[in-house]
Amino acid sequence: MGAKYSYLPPFLLNSYMSIIKVENLVKKFGNLTAVNDISFEVEEGTIFGFLGPNGAGKTTTINILCTLLAPTSGRASIFGFDCTKQSSEVRKAIGIVFQDMTLDKDLTAYENLVFHAYLYDVKKSEREPRIKDALNFVDLYDRRNDLVKKFSGGMKRRLEVARGLIHRPKVLFLDEPTLGLDPQTRANLWDFIVDLPRKHKVTIFMTTHYMEEAEVCSKIAIIDNGKIIIVGTPDELKKTIGGDVIYIKTSDNKRAKLEIEKLFQVNVFEQDSELFLTSLKGDACIPEIIRALGDSVLSVRLQRPTLNDVFLKMTGKEIRVEEVSSGDTIKEEVRSYRRKFDRG
Amino acid sequence: MIEVNAIYVLVAREFKKFIREKSRLISTIARPLIWLFLVGGGMSRLVSPGMGLMGGVTYIQFIFPGILGMTILFSAIFSSISIIWDKEFGLMKEILVAPVSRFSIVLGKALSGTIVSVIQAVIILCLFPLLGLKLGVLAIIETIIICTLLSFCIASLGIVIATFYESFESFSVIMNFIVMPMFFLSGAMYPVKMLPDILKVLTRLNPFTYGIDALKHAIFRDGGVFDFSIVTDIGVLLVTSIVFVLIAGTMFERKK
Repeated sequence: MGAKYSYLPPFLLNSYMSIIKVENLVKKFGNLTAVNDISFEVEEGTIFGFLGPNGAGKTTTINILCTLLAPTSGRASIFGFDCTKQSSEVRKAIGIVFQDMTLDKDLTAYENLVFHAYLYDVKKSEREPRIKDALNFVDLYDRRNDLVKKFSGGMKRRLEVARGLIHRPKVLFLDEPTLGLDPQTRANLWDFIVDLPRKHKVTIFMTTHYMEEAEVCSKIAIIDNGKIIIVGTPDELKKTIGGDVIYIKTSDNKRAKLEIEKLFQVNVFEQDSELFLTSLKGDACIPEIIRALGDSVLSVRLQRPTLNDVFLKMTGKEIRVEEVSSGDTIKEEVRSYRRKFDRG
Repeated sequence: MIEVNAIYVLVAREFKKFIREKSRLISTIARPLIWLFLVGGGMSRLVSPGMGLMGGVTYIQFIFPGILGMTILFSAIFSSISIIWDKEFGLMKEILVAPVSRFSIVLGKALSGTIVSVIQAVIILCLFPLLGLKLGVLAIIETIIICTLLSFCIASLGIVIATFYESFESFSVIMNFIVMPMFFLSGAMYPVKMLPDILKVLTRLNPFTYGIDALKHAIFRDGGVFDFSIVTDIGVLLVTSIVFVLIAGTMFERKK
């Protein structure tokens, strides 16, 4: 990738490519290590996904990047500004949609956005048009004068995204943006999120524990127990599984097994009177298999690896609903630590 | 560094919500009314104006500055500890990640508390003719100025308190161990001079006492009994306000 931007002077090269840089970041709450020596970079204009179960350290990392928490060690920078030492510059460069709702329910949608515009010192002449644009973008312009407490979960989340964009941030953080939303609303929200980098020239850093949602990311980091296990594009991650799995049923499995092994030079296994093999390009293999076996083929199906499989392979466990409870314990732990800190 | 826009919008938000929530306005005005007429009305039968400790005014007149102070104490503290509420229910995060200095946030919140408290105090102040008090224009203006100072002082104290708590469960602790003692150890309901020595010391450590005393100066002019000079009162209010704002700003700046 270095070659692609080689016409840029070195000082720009750096800032142009990686808008977020995290090096050896550690965050401890008392005895609990929430983030354990993680490093990664996020390229400008991409959607970066932080994937992992609840309590893995995703929100803690976001809070450090957003200048709300100071790391125990290591450093994080956004747009070249240090998240600890230059928090004011970092704050101007970022927008955030938190996991918990942070709108004022007793104000209207419009008033919430005005509040934000003033906080971020948006120029007077710019306030009106930007708020109007943002409300139109999330289809809430007609509801602008309604109190937020009358909004549905999906509307609130959309309004928060709109709010996060008012000050034209370079990076937009989305912490579990679809949490608690129904499937249809989730799908709508995703359609809208994938358009953001192009429409608003913004880099997206998002966390989720829904594996299927991470598919939209340009790059994914899988995090578990405070450590990053693997980073890559969704396809790269899936390739670690060894590719697609093709299942074939034929009238003569013995002959078919020999034919296919000769054809692709791979091992073919049999289970429940079904043959299966793994292949990096499963879809391209199917026509060849059918051509070779002819009429004896009864059925063929292709199973693509999911990010869930990747997570399973990397951590030895699935992201399950029970994980939520472990997340809650961490939250509780962090809270009691903060209480102690506040008093001491 | 002070961001005027941010301070303005914090105050505007509080004001807008205050205007909208009629029930909040009614309930905050109901409390002082109950104290003034039910407690004051009952107690004035026990306490005769001739006792000298109160400077010849009736009991209900004597507690009027205290009731003004009470209105301010409750509404300013409530407004500030809404920060705890905001922490738990989110909006505080939105404010904290904004490129706004922590001192601007503290000033914005303190001024929010001030404006709503002063509005309520002024409403209560309008009752003075019913109590047989005669206040000139100058006395009214002075009273409002002192109300403003006292409101700012209490609101900043409220922010300091709020920075110590993470959840709203601590609310009753704050009420019982901070707000009520502050009110009763202030000379609002009885002259400080008749308190036992140990309590007298505590009243002197309570900034609220000086606010009540200043209100007595403004309302009773030469006809009252005061514990301190007006200069001392205003001096203490100003100094403690600055100290509270500095403490609150520093506490907010600290990252966990």
